[in-house]
Amino acid sequence: MSKEHVLKVENITMQFGGVIAVDNMNLEVNKGEIVSLIGPNGAGKTTAFNVITGVYAPTNGAVYYKDKMIIQNFPQGKMKKLYRGENADEYTGRHVLAPTPDRITRLGIARTFQNIRLFKSQTVFENILIAKHMLRTSNIFTATFRLNAKEEIQMREESEKLLKIMDLEDVRDELATSLPYGKQRHLEIARALATKPELLLLDEPAAGMNPQETLELTQFIGRIRDEFGLTIFMIEHHMDLVMEISDRIYVLDFGKPIAEGVPEEIRNNPRVIEAYLGGAQDE
Amino acid sequence: MSSKKKMAWNAGLIVALLVLLFVLEQMMPPGSMFLTVLKKGAIYALVAVSMNLLNGFTGLFSLGQAGFMLLGAYTYAILTIPVESRESVYQYFDGGIVQFTVPVPVALIAGGILAGFFAYLIGLPVLRLKSDYLAIATLGFAEIIRAVFQWDKLGPLTNGSNLLRSFPSFKSVLYPFVVSGICITLIVLLINSTYGRAFKAIRDDEIAAEAMGINLAHHKRLAFVISSFFAGVSGGLLAMYQTTIQASMFKSAMTYEILLIVVIGGIGSVTGSCISSFLFIACSEWWLRFLDNENLYLGGFHVPFLRPGFRKVVFAVVIMAVVLFYRQGIMGTKEFSVEGIANFFKRRFSGKKAVKGGGSHE
Repeated sequence: MSKEHVLKVENITMQFGGVIAVDNMNLEVNKGEIVSLIGPNGAGKTTAFNVITGVYAPTNGAVYYKDKMIIQNFPQGKMKKLYRGENADEYTGRHVLAPTPDRITRLGIARTFQNIRLFKSQTVFENILIAKHMLRTSNIFTATFRLNAKEEIQMREESEKLLKIMDLEDVRDELATSLPYGKQRHLEIARALATKPELLLLDEPAAGMNPQETLELTQFIGRIRDEFGLTIFMIEHHMDLVMEISDRIYVLDFGKPIAEGVPEEIRNNPRVIEAYLGGAQDE
Repeated sequence: MSSKKKMAWNAGLIVALLVLLFVLEQMMPPGSMFLTVLKKGAIYALVAVSMNLLNGFTGLFSLGQAGFMLLGAYTYAILTIPVESRESVYQYFDGGIVQFTVPVPVALIAGGILAGFFAYLIGLPVLRLKSDYLAIATLGFAEIIRAVFQWDKLGPLTNGSNLLRSFPSFKSVLYPFVVSGICITLIVLLINSTYGRAFKAIRDDEIAAEAMGINLAHHKRLAFVISSFFAGVSGGLLAMYQTTIQASMFKSAMTYEILLIVVIGGIGSVTGSCISSFLFIACSEWWLRFLDNENLYLGGFHVPFLRPGFRKVVFAVVIMAVVLFYRQGIMGTKEFSVEGIANFFKRRFSGKKAVKGGGSHE
């Protein structure tokens, strides 16, 4: 293979009780790409994100990050009987890997949330500074007694720099929640970038934005990809944005991947059109 | 104001406060109510701040404070009762099993460490719980600890349900002020460090904090252990202040008192907790005392209703009024600072321009 993949999702199935939210999903995200995951409401896009970021341990399957396995699981306990997905035999008996979200972030995978989750009582600057906490080398004693002054200064400088790049300098000391919606989105992305990720997962970054803001965001995402050398994997509903910016697109319906390809292919794929507009038999 | 200037101001204020206390102490009669309130207030300020670290800054609603204070108080007492008095203190248990003493500061810190150690142990299962459930579990822990310390079989160590006494105590009001002051300074330094920011992040949004690479379990445990450590130290101080201790003192009512102080002072404000702790103690122990006097006459008029215990009724009403009118507590989440006061006066006295320009700071 010529391209090295940053993220590889292999046979991931996520089953809640009797409901399969993600069904045997396979996908790859290559270095430097912008890949979108689209699909109708309830298709399991956010669940897939939550599996990759460690919020849920998958029922079956594995996830690789830069060729290193980071998540692996197989149906166990009660799920053994309930499991209706595929490929369970392949993973049964292998060792279980189910890291918590903070471990995933420390590996270099940062994310944003569909419904903005900023630290409400903190200022814009503090929101970014908090994300620097995970890069600390100090422990609780050196931090309390200010023996880490150098590191602290560095954290602050980097955060200031990030604020400047993200056009948030003028609102530095405002409460995060007092910002307009679009700026809050920017801040959330800035905060994710503060963890110095290589792979950025964006969960509906354009949700609730008007066309003008969406256009700005499109350029913005392209810009940060180049500037920070990122790989971006995102969920999005705004087709303009998706078609404009994506290198490749995956389409999910009822938890199953139904199509994959460059924007042009997806636009003309009959199965995708069917999933979005409803089956022809309705007529 | 630059941070160096601010620090100089604060240091100056602290020294001035200590000198003032020293002078006051020399002038007042030793048994004066004012000094009593100051001593107890300083101790409660420490435990209130330690509770605020947990409830206000990390968002963990814990009600175990009395239990950790008990651990601190007992550790302090057991380690400092002079060997020659042990025979009389542990009269039912042949002088007890601990036959050595350690210096007072070591015993205070040992109390804190033991409290922290227990916090670590119970934190392992309990910190998985959230909000009300955590409160119930920690409250239960405090009650269990109290019961265990009263258990006869542990008598040689804890003197069962009997009093512990004869351990060294402090005379000067400066002692609790200095010890509490050092501890509170440490807590403030912690809160303003990168760890403090992580705690606040957890309080604001656990899921986002975790997505920012903050290990929830580790940080919650840290906050819990540190808060309990300082609760243990304040328990030791309380033992010194009261000169005798008994496990039955550390009822859940004590935790509620501390919780009240934290709520009245403002959840998330260190200075709020300190101020409200002194107000609370003064109100409950001193200012309302006259209400307990059955034969109070105001210019020949016999004031009705007054009888021993009536002060508690009025006190409850005062608390309700405060909570009603100051929803966020006295200080909210703000901090009392020299700078804040300077700004306040600047705005008051320098006309409208300053009001427009300087309004954004608070």
